[in-house]
Amino acid sequence: MKVVNNLTHSIDGMGIMKGRKAFTDDFAEKDTLIVKVMRSPYAYAKILEINDSEARKLEGIEMVLTHKDFKRIPFTRAGQGYPEPSPHDKFVLDEYVRYIGDEVLAVVGRSDEICDKALSLIKVEYEVLEPVLDFETAKDNPIVIHPENEIHEMFDIGFQPKRNIAASYAMEIGDVKKSLSECEYVIKETFYTQAQAHVMLEPHTVNARMDYQNRLCIYSATQTPFHVRRIISQGLEIPLSKIRVIKPRVGGGFGGKQAIHGEMLVAYVTYKTNKPTKMIYSRKEVFESSYSRHPMRIEMTLGADKDGRLKAINCEGLSDTGAYGEHALTVFMVTGSKVLPLYNKVDSVRFAGDIVYTNHTPAGAFRGYGAIQGNFALESAVDILCKKMKMDPILFRQINMMKEKETSPIFAIMGEGTAGTAMIMETCKLEECIEKGMALIGWKDKYPRIESKDKIRSVGMAIAMQGSGIPYIDMGSATIKLNDDGFYNLMVGATEIGQGSDTVLTQIAAEELMTTVDKVVIYSSDTDLTPFDVGAYASSTTYISGNAVWKAAKELKEKMIVEAARILKTKVENIDFDGKTFMNRASNEKITLVDLSNQITYSHEQKQLQVTSSYVGHKSPPPFMAGFVEIEIDKATYEIDILHYVSVVDCGTTINPMLAKGQVDGAIVQGLGMAHFEEVIYGANGKLISSDMLNYKIPTRLDIKKLTTVFVDSYEETGPFGAKSVGEIGIDTPPAALANAVANALDVRITTLPVTSEKIFKEIRRINDEK
Amino acid sequence: MKINLKINGQSRQFLIEPNEYLLDVLRKNDYLSVRRGCDNTSCGVCTVLIDNKPVPSCSVLAARCENKEITTVEGVEKEVEKLARYFGELGADQCGYCNPSMALTVYALKLENKNASIEEVKEYLVGNLCRCTGYIAQHEAIMKYLGDES
Amino acid sequence: MEVKELVRAIDIKAAYTLLNESKGSKVMAGGAWMKLSVKSVDKLILLDDLDLDYIKEENEFLEIGAMTSLRTIEMHPAIKSLSSGILTKAIKSIMGVQVRNVATIGGSVMGRFAFSDILGALLVLDCQLCFHGLHEISVFDFLQMPKVPSDILLSIKIKKSSEKGYFHKVSKTHLDFSLLNIAITKNELFKIAIGSRPQTATLAINTANFLNSQSEINEDTVKKAVEIACDEIKVSTNLRASKEYREVLLKTYLTRGLLEVIK
Ligand SMILES: Cc1cc2nc3c(=O)[nH]c(=O)nc-3n(C[C@H](O)[C@H](O)[C@H](O)COP(=O)(O)OP(=O)(O)OC[C@H]3O[C@@H](n4cnc5c(N)ncnc54)[C@H](O)[C@@H]3O)c2cc1C
Ligand code: FES
Ligand code: FES
Repeated sequence: MKVVNNLTHSIDGMGIMKGRKAFTDDFAEKDTLIVKVMRSPYAYAKILEINDSEARKLEGIEMVLTHKDFKRIPFTRAGQGYPEPSPHDKFVLDEYVRYIGDEVLAVVGRSDEICDKALSLIKVEYEVLEPVLDFETAKDNPIVIHPENEIHEMFDIGFQPKRNIAASYAMEIGDVKKSLSECEYVIKETFYTQAQAHVMLEPHTVNARMDYQNRLCIYSATQTPFHVRRIISQGLEIPLSKIRVIKPRVGGGFGGKQAIHGEMLVAYVTYKTNKPTKMIYSRKEVFESSYSRHPMRIEMTLGADKDGRLKAINCEGLSDTGAYGEHALTVFMVTGSKVLPLYNKVDSVRFAGDIVYTNHTPAGAFRGYGAIQGNFALESAVDILCKKMKMDPILFRQINMMKEKETSPIFAIMGEGTAGTAMIMETCKLEECIEKGMALIGWKDKYPRIESKDKIRSVGMAIAMQGSGIPYIDMGSATIKLNDDGFYNLMVGATEIGQGSDTVLTQIAAEELMTTVDKVVIYSSDTDLTPFDVGAYASSTTYISGNAVWKAAKELKEKMIVEAARILKTKVENIDFDGKTFMNRASNEKITLVDLSNQITYSHEQKQLQVTSSYVGHKSPPPFMAGFVEIEIDKATYEIDILHYVSVVDCGTTINPMLAKGQVDGAIVQGLGMAHFEEVIYGANGKLISSDMLNYKIPTRLDIKKLTTVFVDSYEETGPFGAKSVGEIGIDTPPAALANAVANALDVRITTLPVTSEKIFKEIRRINDEK
Repeated sequence: MKINLKINGQSRQFLIEPNEYLLDVLRKNDYLSVRRGCDNTSCGVCTVLIDNKPVPSCSVLAARCENKEITTVEGVEKEVEKLARYFGELGADQCGYCNPSMALTVYALKLENKNASIEEVKEYLVGNLCRCTGYIAQHEAIMKYLGDES
Repeated sequence: MEVKELVRAIDIKAAYTLLNESKGSKVMAGGAWMKLSVKSVDKLILLDDLDLDYIKEENEFLEIGAMTSLRTIEMHPAIKSLSSGILTKAIKSIMGVQVRNVATIGGSVMGRFAFSDILGALLVLDCQLCFHGLHEISVFDFLQMPKVPSDILLSIKIKKSSEKGYFHKVSKTHLDFSLLNIAITKNELFKIAIGSRPQTATLAINTANFLNSQSEINEDTVKKAVEIACDEIKVSTNLRASKEYREVLLKTYLTRGLLEVIK
């Protein structure tokens, strides 16, 4: 391979660093209306009266929007395949506000200052209701968070709003109770994970205008432009054909832009007034009023026989979706489906639980969703079990984990929101990942710990799997066209959000067409001009959209060869093509691609050669990885220094090795953020206190000393040029690896994220007090 | 009120409000490479150079910049191009939202301390957050750039 | 921040008069903290034209103008050599160069921030604040004043000292506030300050007195001193750390700091 799996610069990095117009707000109109939202000061309240007469009188205020302005059409903000597996439980504006930061009303004016002024003049009278803030008491609580009648599910997801249940799920293979009763060793532990924030550096941004055809043209920093178009059309009853959504450069998404945010209000205002409108979330709104990762409680029971063979897993979860149920079910299912198959030799496995509403900031999609929570619980529990059995945790994994050509019955049972798809692991290099990782971290010399005067050094590890798109649901497509002068346009619906998909997809096309990346000009994510794609989520872009591009490139090549055969007056079978020249093998006659393209454009039998292809996955081949961390802990204060993180990844072929490494490095640091740094603090009244970057601390460049990321050789037959996915897998292992390293150092087990020094201190004090 | 600024070598006069921050004035006047991340001095995305020193433009009142020299990436394009090539080579760019501000900070570091060690690079840039890359590739690219005498 | 009127003071006297003319007046230095903390000002007085951005070296003293940026101070060689460079260390622990290019020493003193890393270092250096109205006052006395005086801080004078010093800040990331910070100097006498308790930095006077009364300082006397300090210095709980955890930090780093300065 010449282009794929070779060093290729990102195709856009130069222009972006030079500061060229690229991101959504760079395209806002000069004279634009601004939308600002009044946010609820109460965790739960009913709006009784809104007095906005003073605000409406202000010069420069265009409109004040309240729930009375909108037809009551419930929808979900989640950008997912349709019908969505998320409850339709949200209105553009509602008479109830369900968390501190929820939308009360919106003002539309000619400047930020006027909007702020207007907001300060509006008086709202509330009936303040008692909120449900503890997710462990939400189910069947007498306080009902969604009492309204119109809300509904699209198909059975276990939606029971009167019980504060957004969705629920249960499955069992074998008889877990029976298996556990036969086990020599059984451990049970409860884990808690926090509502991590995405902290993409570009806040949620959207702007709209009516174009010269009187259509609504929206620029949005979104991961799912086609879903945005559909949701707006349904929620505002604007014909789909009247809406165009363009996604410019996106300044980081990580799942946070997989749902609509300001789009509904901005679309409504522009459609109603015919004037350009924009909305940018303040950083506080990004924290408080978009959504976070689902906090979960996970009870994990593991049972093994006397030889250390894992026999049974019982995993019971409770997930907090906050005030609205975006991605409630799918995130939760991934906690089972992309975690538990790691140990596929069990006799029985059970996974069940509810996803409940509370009066907190909603939860939604976030890189590694469900998997990171489940991985923390499972991979911590495995080390706990090993300690009980006095068994080496690496050996335990080597015996019990998934291997190549094996499968797990879970794949057939669990999908995302629906049943799953059976599949065999054609590629699974976990054994090699572990072996390499042990060498790179120096496991044999360092496990479990090395003590010095004030410090302890230790190591910890975890293994993980992910998926590559959602089989039979996620669809990607690509159009390739040949231009005169022999270069190509590649149009894809796939959504570049900084992960490098434009570069990777260009490489796939260039490889198949035997050309260089500069001859393939990509344009992505414009609902008018590019073919459909579900968007950037579920680790689907390289695998699903990449396959679509690959297919399109192959088909275009065939068409070009047909033309060459016609011109060279021979049969198709006689044509050789090397990317630049077509040759008739029989006669040695040639025509260059440039000449061919010019001829069919301008002179003979003119035609446009263009192909559109789509791809739907029939399986979701999981990437695998082993993550190893080395830490140093202060013996007195338990401060943790993260010295080294080693990731050894099996993601099939790396289409672009540098970008793939970047995906893993970035995900590891984000995962370490969840593991150690990122504390989510709520006040007693339900207010999110860690709602700015002074109080919510993401890792800086001085906080993680060293990363080593390597890939093992692997080729997934069904992937484009052998690729699987790599966007999410990196985030899964850090929480468990870190908790395991702490346990290896100090013999204390921290079961709630993040694993902080203060928690270790308190746990050690508790243990000492008990003694 | 009116202020006079020298932006990327060009004298400009703007009509501003006394409470306007430099970031807002720059974006309003189409210096779109300067972007907002946190709006509270915590992320570094809004960095510009004032008299060749990196500052958070979200927190500096425009009114205080009378007659100051302001530099955005457009003003040091040659250097930025060089740095961007190393970023490309080492896979250090992802979404790029942090990149113009990073480039300016690196350029200022080069003016101050051309022979900076990797530890000094990290210290100098710690105020430039990046949520995408995990930083490591950035450091490799920056070290190459600093070592490039061309 | 809402600003009704903005004035560039032409001289110190004018700034002082404007500040004291009405309740709604405020001076601005770097403005970095004011951006985060002030909602509205009637009259905002800029100090940029008062030539208060300087570092002067006299025989016995260093004088730092109130408008000098933290970055300028941390880069100054004479300040790097003050008591093992504790002021440089304290400043370097604050945010990134962007913030330190903007934030000033004047604002850092006058803000009297509970989380301040600088005040502790200033408390243990021999240091006077020079005001326009109040004239000279020690940092300790300044911090004891029930209210921040409505005055213009002109400069800070620090007595030169090449004796040993120690500064340590505990924080969660390199861009975070302190969970606790400790500054120690040992000239003829020990001085110890504990900051971000989470309350504002304060001197551990009894602890220092005890150490200063000892003829010899060894591990045992350090141990005793730390006990006194834990008794003397009140720490409490906030978002960043609990009282109990801060006690551990205090004990650990005071011990380490004292052992280091007696080395
Ligand atoms: C995001 C962020 C994080 C920070 N983190 C830390 C930290 O971890 N540790 C730490 O120690 N500090 C920290 N600081 C504080 C910083 O170090 C400065 O102390 C702070 O910004 C104040 O300096 P300034 O020049 O910006 O003052 P300003 O914001 O301009 O002023 C602060 C106050 O001082 C008054 N004032 C200023 N100068 C004078 C004068 N000459 N005479 C009279 N009154 C005056 C002003 O009226 C105002 O009330 C942080 C600041 C920010 C913005
Ligand atoms: S936007 Fe200015 S520092 Fe973040
Ligand atoms: S590349 Fe996205 S924030 Fe740095």
